[in-house]
Amino acid sequence: MKPRHKRFVFVAVALVGVGFSVGLVLYALRGNVNLYFTPTQVFNHKVPQDRSFRIGGLVKDGSVKHEGDGLTTKFVITDMYKDVPVVYKGILPDLFQEGKGVVAQGKMGAGGLMVAEEVLAKHDENYMPPEAADALKKAKAAEAANALKITGAENAVVAKQTAAPLAVPVAK
Amino acid sequence: MIPELGHFSLIIALSLAISLGVLPILGAARNNAVLMSLARPLATGQFVFVVLAFAALAYAFLHNDFSVLYVAEHSNSQLPLHYRFAAIWGGHEGSLLLWVTMLSIWAVAVATFSKHLPDEMVARVLGVMGWIAVGFLLFMLLTSDPFTRLLPAATDGQDLNPLLQDPGLVIHPPMLYMGYVGFSVAFSFAIAALLGGKLDATWARWSRPWTTVAWVFLTCGVMLGSWWSFYVLGWGGWWFWDPVENASFMPWLVGTALIHSLAVTEKRGAFKSWTVLLAIAAFSLSLLGTFLVRSGVLTSVHSFATDPKRGVFILAFLVIVIGASLLLFAWRAPKIGLGGKFDVVSRESMLLSNNVLLSVAAAAVFIGTLYPLFMDALGLGKLSVGPPYFDAVFVPLMALTILMMGFGALARWKHSSMSELVKRVRWGFAGAVILAILLPFIFKHWTPMIALGLLMSFWVIASLIVSLQQRWSGEGPFIQRVRNQSLSYYGMQLAHLGVAVFIIGVTVVKGYETERDVSMNVGDTVNSGGYIFRFDGVRAITGPNYTAEQGHLTVTKDGKFVGVLQPQKRHYNATGMPMTEAAIDSSVFRDLYVSMGEPIPDSQGAWSMRVYFKPFVVWIWGGCLLMALGGVLAVSDRRYRIHSKKAALIAAGNRPVDGGMSTQGAAS
Repeated sequence: MKPRHKRFVFVAVALVGVGFSVGLVLYALRGNVNLYFTPTQVFNHKVPQDRSFRIGGLVKDGSVKHEGDGLTTKFVITDMYKDVPVVYKGILPDLFQEGKGVVAQGKMGAGGLMVAEEVLAKHDENYMPPEAADALKKAKAAEAANALKITGAENAVVAKQTAAPLAVPVAK
Repeated sequence: MIPELGHFSLIIALSLAISLGVLPILGAARNNAVLMSLARPLATGQFVFVVLAFAALAYAFLHNDFSVLYVAEHSNSQLPLHYRFAAIWGGHEGSLLLWVTMLSIWAVAVATFSKHLPDEMVARVLGVMGWIAVGFLLFMLLTSDPFTRLLPAATDGQDLNPLLQDPGLVIHPPMLYMGYVGFSVAFSFAIAALLGGKLDATWARWSRPWTTVAWVFLTCGVMLGSWWSFYVLGWGGWWFWDPVENASFMPWLVGTALIHSLAVTEKRGAFKSWTVLLAIAAFSLSLLGTFLVRSGVLTSVHSFATDPKRGVFILAFLVIVIGASLLLFAWRAPKIGLGGKFDVVSRESMLLSNNVLLSVAAAAVFIGTLYPLFMDALGLGKLSVGPPYFDAVFVPLMALTILMMGFGALARWKHSSMSELVKRVRWGFAGAVILAILLPFIFKHWTPMIALGLLMSFWVIASLIVSLQQRWSGEGPFIQRVRNQSLSYYGMQLAHLGVAVFIIGVTVVKGYETERDVSMNVGDTVNSGGYIFRFDGVRAITGPNYTAEQGHLTVTKDGKFVGVLQPQKRHYNATGMPMTEAAIDSSVFRDLYVSMGEPIPDSQGAWSMRVYFKPFVVWIWGGCLLMALGGVLAVSDRRYRIHSKKAALIAAGNRPVDGGMSTQGAAS
């Protein structure tokens, strides 16, 4: 083989390879990126149907209910502004607790009930999943904008309490 | 007092590191023997003072000095002694100190084991390592001082994260860091060669054992991380494509490419520029890995905002290291030359494709890991990239890599004939295909992925047998022929066998595992993978710094007693944090895994449980261990000792060595 031909083979193989890899990465990215939404966005029907997404927020106090089979759990994820009911079948992580941050991944089911395939509540007990912290912040901003509409003093107190841990992000 | 001494030691180490970064390199540029000879004592001095600082922090931890902020944040008086020591690297500041300690250990090792290298080279290599130490010491002293006092002192510490209270974690970070930091040696050799403008086969021979040793450590580190997540995280998985894991996997992929590329540079003098680029990339990714995991940027991009100094320093440091080395590369590389020529079908081209595929794989991991961070930082919304992305990219890339691997180990340098190669492997390949298609039927579950996985590993083993058969055949006594092959050849084959074992493990676990999440009453039984698990109830126990509920499960198979599994649900006293401690019955062909969920309300002692059957899962880590052992064999090769003297002589004579040493010794 002449050097010129050899170089041509190398370049051609390289081009095909690069094209193949870029295509592969783009293809894989397209199908497997989970967009993240806040409870308010989910409530406002911003979530695409039949597509897996992530939601972050707090597990609403008093909302965790275990079903008879011992494995299915229903709970509510809230950003202190809007609530989204979630059902999950499986064993919840150690740090899943009422009033603590949580991230759930799954699809929207019938009647506004989210069917979660995965529930995350990792790291230590002060840790707030970034998505959850973000949801609370956004909801608070929205709440401030709608401050006139809020009449119950209770709501404001709750919002203040939850705002406190946000000021100290603990990164382990 | 002791913590302040530690702090001063760091400052002294910094001034020594600055001298190490300036004087010997200046000496090498001006050919001043006195300045160059300073390299070794300065590296030793830096080592002494960094180790003093490390000892000071260890002292503070072991003596529960909660007036030191870092100790108060990461330890507790109830914490057992060995975990108090491991808590040194339980957080950001201490991890950095561990990093610098490792760096000075490597620097002293280079200073000690480089007697045969020309003074110029030693001066430059240690000088570059000095600059890296300057960066890290400055970072520590300016933004992340582990010796900061807490006044008034805390009465007790906040405790080490329970997830980290585990024997695996005592050794995992040091191993990983030895690997990360070890690539700084390869990087320093590359930069030193660029500075000196002499990038030849001799350089590759010097750099190669160091790089292999670093790679061995990194392999062990990644393996330990995977093992740790299997038995500590309580989810029964061994790899999650978590950003933290990816951070250690990227340097491993590029490092693997680097050790193969170095082989070509040493043997054939080719790929010089590419090897240098890989050395730069491997170390840059190691830096990125350290910072990704420890800076908190993964937890939230915005954690940079809470301490902007850290974020800015990290970015500046990365930009300087990567930018400066690439600039130097662009400026010097054209002088390096291209080296030996080779044909389209040759061992060189096979190794080139291995390099490209591994680099592409690393790039794909990089994109998947950092894409969400970039999107978030640019305010384009939050998203996450799931494991399916990585699986979808990895399987085809690795299938190609493995295919090339089988041919690569058999092909000749410079020129090989495709038809001859095919002729040699056809029976092996046919056997691999038949076995891969038939075996899953015998195991009563056939999927394309299982067949593909088995095919890949059998193909590697087949090519290995063909290669051994060829090397061992010929005249004379068999044992003599076996001993005639070089250790580095056996090292390569052992590492490749490790890859095959690893693939078998992954394939069988993915294909035949049973994962059952169930709710169990006392006396209930569950069948998982043919094993019967009977739940006998839960009792309360007390550990050194936790209380726990301990389950008791009896496992039988076909009526025969197999074992007792006692998983725990712990509550740590200091933090109140719950922790699931899985119980695992491990053996060569299967692991039985049980972890406790939570008690079922309104029941009589029922619990939710994970009852998993994981066949061949230890093969995954066994494969990694074989790869690491292969690396150890390769660096034990005689030629690194015998030829180092000759190499030094040749280098002194300023003459590049012809790549073609004994082709019999040609390895990986």
